Amino acid sequence: MRRLPGLDFLHARPGLAFALLAALLIALPFLVGSGLGNSWVRVLDFVLLYMLMAIGLNIVVGYAGLLDLGYIAFYALGAYVYAWLASPHFGLHLPFWVILPLGATFAGLFGVLLGTPVLRLRGDYLAIVTLGFGEIIRIFMNNLNAPFNLTNGPQGINLIDPVRIAGLSFAEPPRFLGLDLPPTYLYYYLFLAFTLLAIGVAMRLQDSRVGRAWAALREDEVAAAAMGINLRNTKLLAFAMGAVFGGVAGGLFAAFQGFISPESFSLWESILVLCMIVLGGMGNVAGALLGAALLTILPEALRYLGDLQRTVLGQVVVEPTDLRMLLFGVALVSMMLFRPTGLLSSRQHRREWAAEDGVAEQERASLYDSRA
Amino acid sequence: MSLLAVRGLRVAYGGIQAVRGIDLDIAQGELVCLIGPNGAGKSSTLRGLMGLVGHEGQVHFDGACLTGRATHEIATRGIALVPEGRGIFGRLTVAENLAMGAYSRRDHAAIRVDMAHVHALFPRLEERRDQLAGTLSGGEQQMLAIARALMGRPRLLLLDEPSMGLAPLMVRRIYETVTTVAREGVTILLVEQNAHLALRISQRAYVMESGSISLSGNSPELAMDTRIRAAYLGE
Repeated sequence: MRRLPGLDFLHARPGLAFALLAALLIALPFLVGSGLGNSWVRVLDFVLLYMLMAIGLNIVVGYAGLLDLGYIAFYALGAYVYAWLASPHFGLHLPFWVILPLGATFAGLFGVLLGTPVLRLRGDYLAIVTLGFGEIIRIFMNNLNAPFNLTNGPQGINLIDPVRIAGLSFAEPPRFLGLDLPPTYLYYYLFLAFTLLAIGVAMRLQDSRVGRAWAALREDEVAAAAMGINLRNTKLLAFAMGAVFGGVAGGLFAAFQGFISPESFSLWESILVLCMIVLGGMGNVAGALLGAALLTILPEALRYLGDLQRTVLGQVVVEPTDLRMLLFGVALVSMMLFRPTGLLSSRQHRREWAAEDGVAEQERASLYDSRA
Repeated sequence: MSLLAVRGLRVAYGGIQAVRGIDLDIAQGELVCLIGPNGAGKSSTLRGLMGLVGHEGQVHFDGACLTGRATHEIATRGIALVPEGRGIFGRLTVAENLAMGAYSRRDHAAIRVDMAHVHALFPRLEERRDQLAGTLSGGEQQMLAIARALMGRPRLLLLDEPSMGLAPLMVRRIYETVTTVAREGVTILLVEQNAHLALRISQRAYVMESGSISLSGNSPELAMDTRIRAAYLGE
């Protein structure tokens, strides 16, 4: 961790820092809800869903170095499993805690299914095949309404059951300690719990034996195999682990939205999640979280540019949606120019780029890291 | 009884035969070199032995048949490869690279002993333990690749062109270390283009040309052989 100026007192008291962070996370929907309105709490919910996905994709791309451009397929599979088992579509209404593991397992199996044929592929070839896989899943969802109506085609599946935990339905908000808890608030806490769990799992994985095997695989496959690493299992495990995170996020998304259709799972979504981890800093969990937050919040915030133009100029000169894409592009390009390893780059990435400035410089950096 | 016995090893890429049925025997504790010109099939031989490419023929190691086994299984049985171009993990630190060498071992106390041992062999690596391996010089990277292979406590070490791309002084340092490692009892198969050096430190040698073994024998005798002198030693 780098020290933040002005926050030194927190470094001295980790307990206090933790308590402050916990309080902030608990109060966040109330702060945002009262300050900016309920629609922004909804944005917060999506931030958490994208964080889950970014953490998952980071395992595949950041840890193991396997470029996956079809990641959203696992999100779609998790969402459809939820919709099949908790909606009038098949008349099934299984509880949330039964479906979510099923959806995660199903997505994980598809991760292995994708991984098996691409075991020998790397780089560009792998990216193209995974891109195709993502599109195949979406097209299947779009067309599997005949001969047997599995997905209801482009219309999607509607009236998906909301999450219900211990008799508490997230659709019928309770009053709790005199406070109104709208569904978006309840989902915030649920998603927050899953995100925290995912962060814990991802960080443990990185430091584990399999995490080291992933790093070796990313660096040099031949040498990794010569160290006794089973390439096939290690790669499949990366795909499966990443897919499980996507599947969980997809299930939560289906319950939250109450409606899913293939439109939500386009190639653009895969690329967006990839941009999140590239922007934040490949291979590290904090970077994935930051990237997910930025790329979910910024487009929403830019919507206000339309109103701003109307007040200042009297008319909308540039459509905010067009502007969003433009600024998005500018942000990514300038990031590549000025911070090529991501906003929060991992220790190793940073040092790799610093190497050109000479070994002495870099050794100072490593000292700095070990002390902080 | 040889530690490694190879019979009729063939390696082909598509229709091109890189190794055309060769026999090799290496006894426990020997330092044997495989020399020959560029493109003779030396590296392909090592890749075949490690199961990195499809191959035909029999490979017996310590009495067990390795033919058709996966690379990681072969590595776990005690054969370590220092690949051509070194194959270090550039974005991991020196210490992490060395730890990866012991990946398939669980005897943590012995791993620490071996870590101290390779640090004694290569003091430079201890100085640079927290540095990213990709920022080391070529010679240091070669040292790291050899040290990492030793961390697996191999019974047979396969070295693929350790002198490649290194300054003469560094080549000498690397070769001194290879000799030390061999003296400590590790059996070594050394692949080299630099016949002069390889013949000087090895006990026996195989000469490979266009995928076949053309000559073999004791290294000191081969070093005096007129054909070798003419073809490889530039005399």
